[in-house]
Amino acid sequence: MNKDALDQWLARLFERDRRATAKLISWVEDDIQRAYIMRSVLKETGKQMVVGITGPPGAGKSSLVEALTTLYRSNNERVGIVAVDPSSPYSGGAILGDRIRMQAHGTDRDVFIRSMGTRGHLGGVTRSTSDILRILEGGGYGRLLLETVGVGQSELEIMQMADTVVVVLNPGTGDGIQAIKAGIMEVADVFVINKADLPGAERMKGDIEMMLNLSCDGLGWRPPVVLTSVTNGTGVETLFEKIEAHQTYMKTSGLRDERCKHRLRKQVWRHWEDKLQATFEDVWETAQQKLGDIEKEDPYEVAAALWAERFKGG
Amino acid sequence: MNKTRIRVLVGKPGLDGHDRGAKVIARALRDAGMEVIYSGLHQTPEQLVEAAIQEDVDLIGVSVLSGAHMTIFPRIKELLKEQNAEDILLMGGGTIPEEDIAELIEAGHVEALFTPGATTTEIVSWIRERVKSYE
Amino acid sequence: MSNNFLSWKANYDTLKERKGPFFTVSSVPIDPLYAPGHTVDIDYQRDLGNPGEYPYTRGVQANMYRGRLWTMRMFAGFATATESNERYKYLLSQGQTGLSVAFDMPTIMGYDSDHPRAYGEVGRVGVAIDSLQDMETLFQDIPLDKVSTSMTINAPASILWAMYIVAAEKQGVPANKLTGTIQNDILKEYIAQKSWIFPPDPSMRLITDIFKFSKDNVPKWNTISISGYHIREAGSTALQELAFTLADGFAYVEAGIKAGLDVDDFAPRLSFFFNSHTDFFEEIAKLRAARRIWARHMKGKYGAKNEKSLLLRFHTQTAGCSLTGPQMENNIVRTAYQAMAAVLGGTQSLHTNSMDEVLALPSEKSVQIALRTQQVLAYETGVTNTIDPLAGSYFVETLTNQMEEGAEEYFRRIDELGGVLGAIRENFFQQEIADAAYRYQKEIESKDRIIVGINGFVNEKKDDKMELLKIDPEVERAQVRKLIALKQSRDNIHVQTTLTDLKEAAEGSDNLIPKIMDSVRAYATEGEIIAVLKDVFGEYREQAVF
Repeated sequence: MNKDALDQWLARLFERDRRATAKLISWVEDDIQRAYIMRSVLKETGKQMVVGITGPPGAGKSSLVEALTTLYRSNNERVGIVAVDPSSPYSGGAILGDRIRMQAHGTDRDVFIRSMGTRGHLGGVTRSTSDILRILEGGGYGRLLLETVGVGQSELEIMQMADTVVVVLNPGTGDGIQAIKAGIMEVADVFVINKADLPGAERMKGDIEMMLNLSCDGLGWRPPVVLTSVTNGTGVETLFEKIEAHQTYMKTSGLRDERCKHRLRKQVWRHWEDKLQATFEDVWETAQQKLGDIEKEDPYEVAAALWAERFKGG
Repeated sequence: MNKTRIRVLVGKPGLDGHDRGAKVIARALRDAGMEVIYSGLHQTPEQLVEAAIQEDVDLIGVSVLSGAHMTIFPRIKELLKEQNAEDILLMGGGTIPEEDIAELIEAGHVEALFTPGATTTEIVSWIRERVKSYE
Repeated sequence: MSNNFLSWKANYDTLKERKGPFFTVSSVPIDPLYAPGHTVDIDYQRDLGNPGEYPYTRGVQANMYRGRLWTMRMFAGFATATESNERYKYLLSQGQTGLSVAFDMPTIMGYDSDHPRAYGEVGRVGVAIDSLQDMETLFQDIPLDKVSTSMTINAPASILWAMYIVAAEKQGVPANKLTGTIQNDILKEYIAQKSWIFPPDPSMRLITDIFKFSKDNVPKWNTISISGYHIREAGSTALQELAFTLADGFAYVEAGIKAGLDVDDFAPRLSFFFNSHTDFFEEIAKLRAARRIWARHMKGKYGAKNEKSLLLRFHTQTAGCSLTGPQMENNIVRTAYQAMAAVLGGTQSLHTNSMDEVLALPSEKSVQIALRTQQVLAYETGVTNTIDPLAGSYFVETLTNQMEEGAEEYFRRIDELGGVLGAIRENFFQQEIADAAYRYQKEIESKDRIIVGINGFVNEKKDDKMELLKIDPEVERAQVRKLIALKQSRDNIHVQTTLTDLKEAAEGSDNLIPKIMDSVRAYATEGEIIAVLKDVFGEYREQAVF
């Protein structure tokens, strides 16, 4: 695509054109003119904070996103949502079904919902996610929500995208123990126990508070534990307030800047990683042709021999 | 342009809840490497078109078993036109008599219709062909 | 195992076997031969019993079809109440013995014909009923004390049932004379059919309210038709249909007991509705096993004392999902085999699909062929001359036992998930069905399974054009005009009063049926009543699994 056409699409983005927003997201996701697009977008964006919502499948993340969106909309704020689901490791395809639970906003032009597959990226959050959130910001969506399915490690990745991380768990499912094992206690800025009308909610809250007693030093931010039930709407306003409080804390404490810096460093690292990998794949292509010449079976030895051959040294 | 993934919106307009076909298709398209956005049951044409735009899909696939195909397909096309999104293709399936199929296709209300008995392989290759050709 | 069998097997293994695979329509592998001592060990008293005797494997009545044939009940209803009324009168004149009402989608989902969501769907797949006025028209000149009526309605069943009772009242027929069935099975909606309105808890309350009201006022009515039909149509296997349906049945029994009813007060009014697919013996085994499992659980687990509580009575419909668009006439043959399986399985009533139902509402001609299929079965084939003729077949008894064992295994898994509602929350049923449906589709595409006219024996030349029933779009406009006229002519203040009363009752715990009847009498519309209940109960949201 020529730059003029792209510039026109970018201009349309900043005029809040929904088709332009959608198309630019696709191009960035498909790595088409990504750097060019993002250069324009990042000039205009970066102010709005991102709320990340994560938790195990079926925890009710999408319903919470929908309920939060309703609150934002009642203040007449525009909401951009990115919902990430895993792609199939076999085919690379995906079924993305988060919209089903956000139907209250399905025809609201001030809400933009975008579903993404992880496309093979292990962390559960794709490389382009933070860029896509910024495109939404550029399209005039001031509230940015990022929903990812949390199956362990990906919670750590969401940190790099979000300013506030909300971890959603359900009572009576062993989620609590899993959460501790997966190391998300350290990640969460706010805990939500959703489906709090099910038995075991209070107990779970107690367990989490106890863990927090051990890990929090009494200084700084102590993650609150919020009980919600999306079916009857309880707790959503409290959640809204806790998110606001955390964002204020992030700004006043200077932690937001710190996270932004960390995020920048991480993104630069990723670009390097991508470039190095692409370069290295070419190197590998030629190097592996000599694989047959080496009469060894131990992979360690084969690797060392190939490496020595290619790079003339250890 | 270097498009890496075909994106398809699969949804069920109308009030009936027979989603067996829609789900089998969704799964087959995923297994063929496509990204399927499943919008669920009881969708209005307005909801489908809005989702198609936000998700920037190449194609909308809907199944209609309620007998309302003569109103639903033209309505979706009309809304796509209103949104300047005629490049998004429309494909349908369900219990649709042959003469209605001919009428809908000739009038340009839908690009393709698959009736019970169509294989997922057929549908996948149709999509690949069409999406490739307009890229 | 007898040596005879082993030597036969040794011989068999040397012989040619044609390319199978040999499995049922539910992908269950089948052996080449079933023989004594090989697979099945039957204790006649314990496992079969005589017809009409515990555990009712051989049938719920002692005389079965020697006493009375099954009810030939053709599901019908389209367009407007007036046109459906004419179709009913025609069917009754043709020797049909019961009525079966199909409603249109807006009625099923609780929308009036003038609701934006009803646009394009009014009168399409069944009859549009907005108010008592339509119900009165639907049964005009049909004496409701003389026919039994089955109504395929679930989420708004309480409202349509109330309309029927009040329509009868206006004919001068008291409620205690009414016979018929409402489907009223909300659990299978969450599991398979997806025509839900309210969340599970208030839905279950409406159902137990119906149980209670029926016990005191409409004692001959079948208050629920626990349906496997739709579970099967959604793509399940025969075993899943059996297990999930009976699990639903037990959930209703438990809900009734929890609501303070004695099991014998309502269990005799529970009835079932199964699918009959093309795999002949598998279907027969499923139906025989269903009776036995139900009787054993009702007696053993729920302590039912009344013999009627132990009887699993059921309606059967041939499998709509087995019909093909190409070579549509072949559907007549499929339906005939399926109907015979249902009869050999001991069904109480039967709907045979019309060949063109795969593409449209059936035409009068195709409905007649479908009804004649049942009549040929009943009067010409001789399968009705003796009761449960397949009992004692090594194969059929083996399959029957396997069905029971498989169902018990599913019950255990469902229990582990916290019962049917827990399993619905966990998407257990939905996932099982989605997997089975996908596997079936893949079998067809790989030609492991041959469907005549679809992936085998395909006609090169196009099928002859078939005359299909068309619904005139004017139907919708006329229905909307009628509704608007009604809203202008009724006493709207009275309507509001009854709706306010209903809302208060819904917020409390009183039985809702009398309140719904008051609203119905005032000519409140279905949509208005549903809106009030949605306000209090909320709406259910789909959980999609693939």
